Amino acid sequence: MRALGNTSLSRRGFLAASAATGLGTAALSACGSSDGGNSSGKTEIEWWNITTTQPAKKLWAQRAKEFEAAHPDVKIKIVTLENEAYKSKMTAQTASGKLPDIFHTWGGGVLKQQIDAGLVEDLTDKVSSWTKDFLPASVAPFRLDDKMYAVPFDVGMVGFWYNKALFKQAGIDTPPTTWSGYLDAVKALKDEGITPIALAGKEKWPGMYYWAYLSMRVAGLEAMQKAADDADFTGEDFVKAGAHVEELVALKPFQKGFLGAAYSTPTGEAAAVGNGKAAMELMGQWAPVVQADAGKGLGKDLGFFSFPAVEGGKGALTEVFGGSNGHAVRKGAPDAALEFLKFFAEKEFAEKLVKETGLVPVSKAAQGALTDPNLIAVSDALGDATGFQLYLDQAYAPAVGQEINDSVAALIAGSKSPEQVTRSVTQVAKSEG
Amino acid sequence: MTHSTSTSASTASASAFAPGTGKSPGAAPESPVPATRPSALHRLRAWFSAFVFTVPALVLFGLLVLVPMGYAFYISFFNWGGFGTPTDSVGFDNYTRLFDDPVFLGDLWRGFLLIAFSIVLQLPFALAMAVLLNQKLRGRAVYRMLFFAPYILSEVITGVLFSMIFAPDEGLADKVLDAVGLAGLGGDWFAGQDTVLPTLFLVMTWKYFGFHMMLYLAGLQGIPAELHEAARIDGASTWQRFRHITLPLLAPTLRISVFLAVIGAIQLFDLVWVITAGGPDHASETMVISLFQYGFKRYQMGYASAISVAMFLISLVFALAYQRFVLRRDTEGAITTMRGNR
Repeated sequence: MRALGNTSLSRRGFLAASAATGLGTAALSACGSSDGGNSSGKTEIEWWNITTTQPAKKLWAQRAKEFEAAHPDVKIKIVTLENEAYKSKMTAQTASGKLPDIFHTWGGGVLKQQIDAGLVEDLTDKVSSWTKDFLPASVAPFRLDDKMYAVPFDVGMVGFWYNKALFKQAGIDTPPTTWSGYLDAVKALKDEGITPIALAGKEKWPGMYYWAYLSMRVAGLEAMQKAADDADFTGEDFVKAGAHVEELVALKPFQKGFLGAAYSTPTGEAAAVGNGKAAMELMGQWAPVVQADAGKGLGKDLGFFSFPAVEGGKGALTEVFGGSNGHAVRKGAPDAALEFLKFFAEKEFAEKLVKETGLVPVSKAAQGALTDPNLIAVSDALGDATGFQLYLDQAYAPAVGQEINDSVAALIAGSKSPEQVTRSVTQVAKSEG
Repeated sequence: MTHSTSTSASTASASAFAPGTGKSPGAAPESPVPATRPSALHRLRAWFSAFVFTVPALVLFGLLVLVPMGYAFYISFFNWGGFGTPTDSVGFDNYTRLFDDPVFLGDLWRGFLLIAFSIVLQLPFALAMAVLLNQKLRGRAVYRMLFFAPYILSEVITGVLFSMIFAPDEGLADKVLDAVGLAGLGGDWFAGQDTVLPTLFLVMTWKYFGFHMMLYLAGLQGIPAELHEAARIDGASTWQRFRHITLPLLAPTLRISVFLAVIGAIQLFDLVWVITAGGPDHASETMVISLFQYGFKRYQMGYASAISVAMFLISLVFALAYQRFVLRRDTEGAITTMRGNR
């Protein structure tokens, strides 16, 4: 599965690269999707998603079939792409101005660019009747200027996923709630000869989570918003957040060779935790699924705790860093596209997804279907959240998000100082402004 | 690509004709030169038919190569996010930025290192294997096939394979070293900033030396056995025969193989992308990876295009200079021969 995903990514990467060197973007726009074909008299809805894992992939296809059965004049064409491949492909699609009828979105900066290019349908009035009971945190990434541009189907947040057995072995009875307590826990694990943290250094975004959460805890959400608006991240608190990352790195808490480790491969971050070789990872709500997919999975030994608060910081333990997955609709798509989104969001299907694929429901009505204690913990933390910060690489312009990933990766590798991180990010943010 | 194929074709004919023609400038004396020059009409018709036959190729070349290249050059003068039409013209800013960008300068340095490694280690190794497998040896066809096999394997499969082999602690490499008591030699491999490039070079050598070996083997077949025989009778040692017969007669092949290795190193992308994505912390990033990162991760199409133009110019200057100064002897033979035959 993974190898296959990589193949398509790399081939596309190679194509894209050769396009930029020799062929130019003109060639890329040529591979735009065909518009809904009417040759058979049916309306064709093209639906691009990133659901590559089972059983979700199967359930989604079934739901499309059910919709087709209820609407004989509609045909749904499903295109499933691996995460990174999807992002690359969508870049090309957006550049050519041709988006699929329904497409996956994480909201934030990328969605905003697509909206600014006039490619996304405003759904505010069309969906308000059936999205009333959605968690505020779940719709936050898709609300821009008080308009709603996508319908979430999944919501989540980042937190620590830990191995209870290994924590117990190191004499840690309750998960830490403060940063100093957290560092003590890391030391205790190390003393016991346990690798405290697994990290996918090759992919950069998992490392960014540490800096992002520490910035939220030290500087606070308002300061983060202000920094984004002013394109200035040089504030003292952001430097402090970086210094806390350095503190952690200085303990050498990561698995051997973490700088080259991928996230979901058999030798990657998720597998290290899933196989009990590392005690925890800072990861989103999808972590248990990937741990079991790439490794053995921890079962009952798996626990979840929120990112600890930093002593003297302006942020609170209850402020969550996360995002949701949603579907946006192309401007000018057939009405059936929106019909399908409504059909997809119906309660009994939402409950089915919760039960069988382990996602966290966006509507309060479907919360009753949750049985996994860890996901209930995530769902509760989201329900009780006093503040919400969208993933930085989604919230900010792509160049800024990438620079944060890059700079924090350099900070963790020891080649950039906390000040240099804030300066590099600010420089890119200003040039993008 | 066009360069490499055209040169390899011309050298092929060069090596085919070179031994026969020797120093004589073509076959001018024998070829019957017409006494009177062809009429203007005749020449016009010849030009016309040449034009008609080349138009389809020229249109395709223009549409798929020249136009996009021109477009990339055009957008390299803009600050453009890839959406809509580029409007924010920034002059030469993207180009001056290249020379301030530690990542791009690092790309150049790493590209240079890989080229140097290739010429100093990989090609001599391929040559040694070729000479070895050119002897009468039991099962040499099997060895040739085995050594050539990695070249046929896709870059992506190679990448996935070796990222598993060189996974720290858990990979095959570390396990084997551990088992034979050499655990100290194991290490971070792709995960270390200092070890990633040598490890990558190891994989590149594994992947590509078979190709160069095949080139050399083909070249070795073209060396007449009589020369070696005569030298042996005159009492030349193995080394002398290699140095004074094999090497000079293999020179055209060597020159082409160096050319291909250099162009390959400049355009290196997929193998590195799959294994390290340029990491850790840019330690294995190549020009094409930077281009991809800026263009399709950061959506800075203008700057990415500037990188692509820089890359194009480097390749072009190298290719032209190499043809002019190094491949001159090989191509000259080919061209004079063709002129003579016309």
